[in-house]
Amino acid sequence: MSENRTTPFAYIAEFGSAPELYHAAEHVRDAGFKRWDVHTPYPVHGIDKAMGLGKSWLSTCSLIGGVTGFLTALSLEFFTQVMLYPTVVQNKPTNLSTIPAFFPVMFELTILFTAFATLIGLCAFIMLPRWNHPLFNSALFNKFSDDGFILVIESRDPKFRKERTREFLEEIGAGEIELLEA
Amino acid sequence: MASDASTTDQPIHPSEAEGVAREPLVLNNRSMAWVTDRICGIVENRQPLIWWVLFIPSVLLAGLLGGTLVYLVSTGVGVWGNNQPVAWGWAIVNFVFWIGIGHAGTLISAILFLTRQKWRTSVNRASEAMTLFAVVCAGIYPGFHVGRFWMVWFLAPIPNANAIWQNFKSPLLWDVFAVSTYFTVSVLFWYVGLIPDLATLRDRAKAKLAKVLYGLFALGWRGGNRQWRHYEMAYLILAGISTPLVLSVHSVVSFDFATSIVPGWHTTIFPPYFVAGAVFGGFAMVLTLMLPVRKLYGLEDMITHKHVDNMAKIILLTGTIVGYAYIMELFISYYSASKYEGDAFHLRILSGPYTWAYYCMFFCNVISPQVFWFKKARLNLWVVFIVANIVNCGMWFERFVIIPTTLARDFLPGQWGYYSPSITEKLMFLGTFGLFMMLFLLFIRFLPVIAIAEVKGVLPENDPHHPDWVKLKEKRRAAAAAE
Repeated sequence: MSENRTTPFAYIAEFGSAPELYHAAEHVRDAGFKRWDVHTPYPVHGIDKAMGLGKSWLSTCSLIGGVTGFLTALSLEFFTQVMLYPTVVQNKPTNLSTIPAFFPVMFELTILFTAFATLIGLCAFIMLPRWNHPLFNSALFNKFSDDGFILVIESRDPKFRKERTREFLEEIGAGEIELLEA
Repeated sequence: MASDASTTDQPIHPSEAEGVAREPLVLNNRSMAWVTDRICGIVENRQPLIWWVLFIPSVLLAGLLGGTLVYLVSTGVGVWGNNQPVAWGWAIVNFVFWIGIGHAGTLISAILFLTRQKWRTSVNRASEAMTLFAVVCAGIYPGFHVGRFWMVWFLAPIPNANAIWQNFKSPLLWDVFAVSTYFTVSVLFWYVGLIPDLATLRDRAKAKLAKVLYGLFALGWRGGNRQWRHYEMAYLILAGISTPLVLSVHSVVSFDFATSIVPGWHTTIFPPYFVAGAVFGGFAMVLTLMLPVRKLYGLEDMITHKHVDNMAKIILLTGTIVGYAYIMELFISYYSASKYEGDAFHLRILSGPYTWAYYCMFFCNVISPQVFWFKKARLNLWVVFIVANIVNCGMWFERFVIIPTTLARDFLPGQWGYYSPSITEKLMFLGTFGLFMMLFLLFIRFLPVIAIAEVKGVLPENDPHHPDWVKLKEKRRAAAAAE
């Protein structure tokens, strides 16, 4: 189809500081790009808004985990202690009124299940673990884990144009720009 | 300042520009690259000689721990000095001691995170690691104290060989759940915090094996904001659940005592008193470890005097709470007019066989931290280091005072006894210090001791509201242009 055998994967652009990246992100958002991201050494606060992203709903996973943990503990204790095998130790009864003695385990399992649900939810939301990614081929991109503020626009974006996107990135103040081949 | 601000694209509010500047959390206007280099350098460069000097004895002591445990299991728990009436000897003293130390890490990471105490960033990673290793040491004791170690699986919530379920009303079972949950959640919290830093190590790694291993554990982290925003939510939730968790763990440990009917243990003050004591002892251990690490690896710009100062203040506060609890226990035993309570405390402070331990405890935990009222003492690292170690000893004595002192004098004089530890117990305690040090030194060797990504977030150059931000940015630009 074209003379170029390789297809580009993304434009990688470096910015000088977090505020510059922040303003660039606002421009990219307003230009209507969809498949893009900013890669930073630390979480830059407020950049969600500049990217047009809302609140993370990871907390729903945690809530589901917490409720599951609580119900697991409640049924574990109630079925085994009250229904299956009532253990009367030191003449203490086992029935509905002894539920306060079950609270510590309920509490601990609620926390435990919440933690696991949060971690599993996190992995699902950010689509990791992942062994490799085309972006890792770029030395410019890898500066993100040291001191680079990187903006990436992927070629999958419907608005991506080889020439126009580069000009656009230059306009919004990008320093070094790299076209990463896939 | 206003004219400076107008030359840049980032407006700075005049009141913020001229407002009271807080002491920076990282000194000498260090750059992000410097932070990365300095922290990753600890892992990448050869360890200093002192690392080996500490590591080899630690490994030997950890081996000693293994040896004593083999001897213990092959011979029987009779090789320990505990017996009736003091059935809980050093084993439980050391369990509570280590689990208490294991509280500062999660406190620093979770509670200080929720209260937006940004100074936590330089010390949280190492304290969390310390927490995990302390809990590992703690877990050994009750595991072997049950007598037949190979029956420990009876603690798990599955019916045992006789189809009998656990007694969920027992505080000892609550302890199993609390400590195992605490350890698991602390590991998860620590690991989530490590992911971005592992990615940094991965991107810098030269050796193939290191790259593969760091890459594996970094999960392919790309630092994109579409990842960061979920990551930050996950971290917030983990901090939110760890806060009640850390308070619950030592409360549950204290229930082992407080829900019994033994005079001297049966008190409602135990949960808050244990939690305050745990934070107190934990911070002392953080200082004991971090002051040498800071010096040895040149981390003075990141772990500044401000950090040491803040931790010393927390030690002063929690030490004073502990002191209040000691005195309140005495008052309540008098005020309750209970003969047995009164006797228990009379024996503890005046005529009992272990009164020396009570006064050691009182001096170490209540008197010695009072020097931290003075700023000069908080800023003198030697004073801080010495007091922190006195507190470490004091917290051990506290648990010793609570356990053998109370048990040695039972209700009937015919049941009275005296407890002293056997050589096996002493070697085992020494061995857990070896294990603890060995794990901590390995942590320094292989993982970033300071949370790199978090420290970068609090650098003055990354704070657009910092009064010097414009100047800093221009300085950097000029430096880059000169290159």
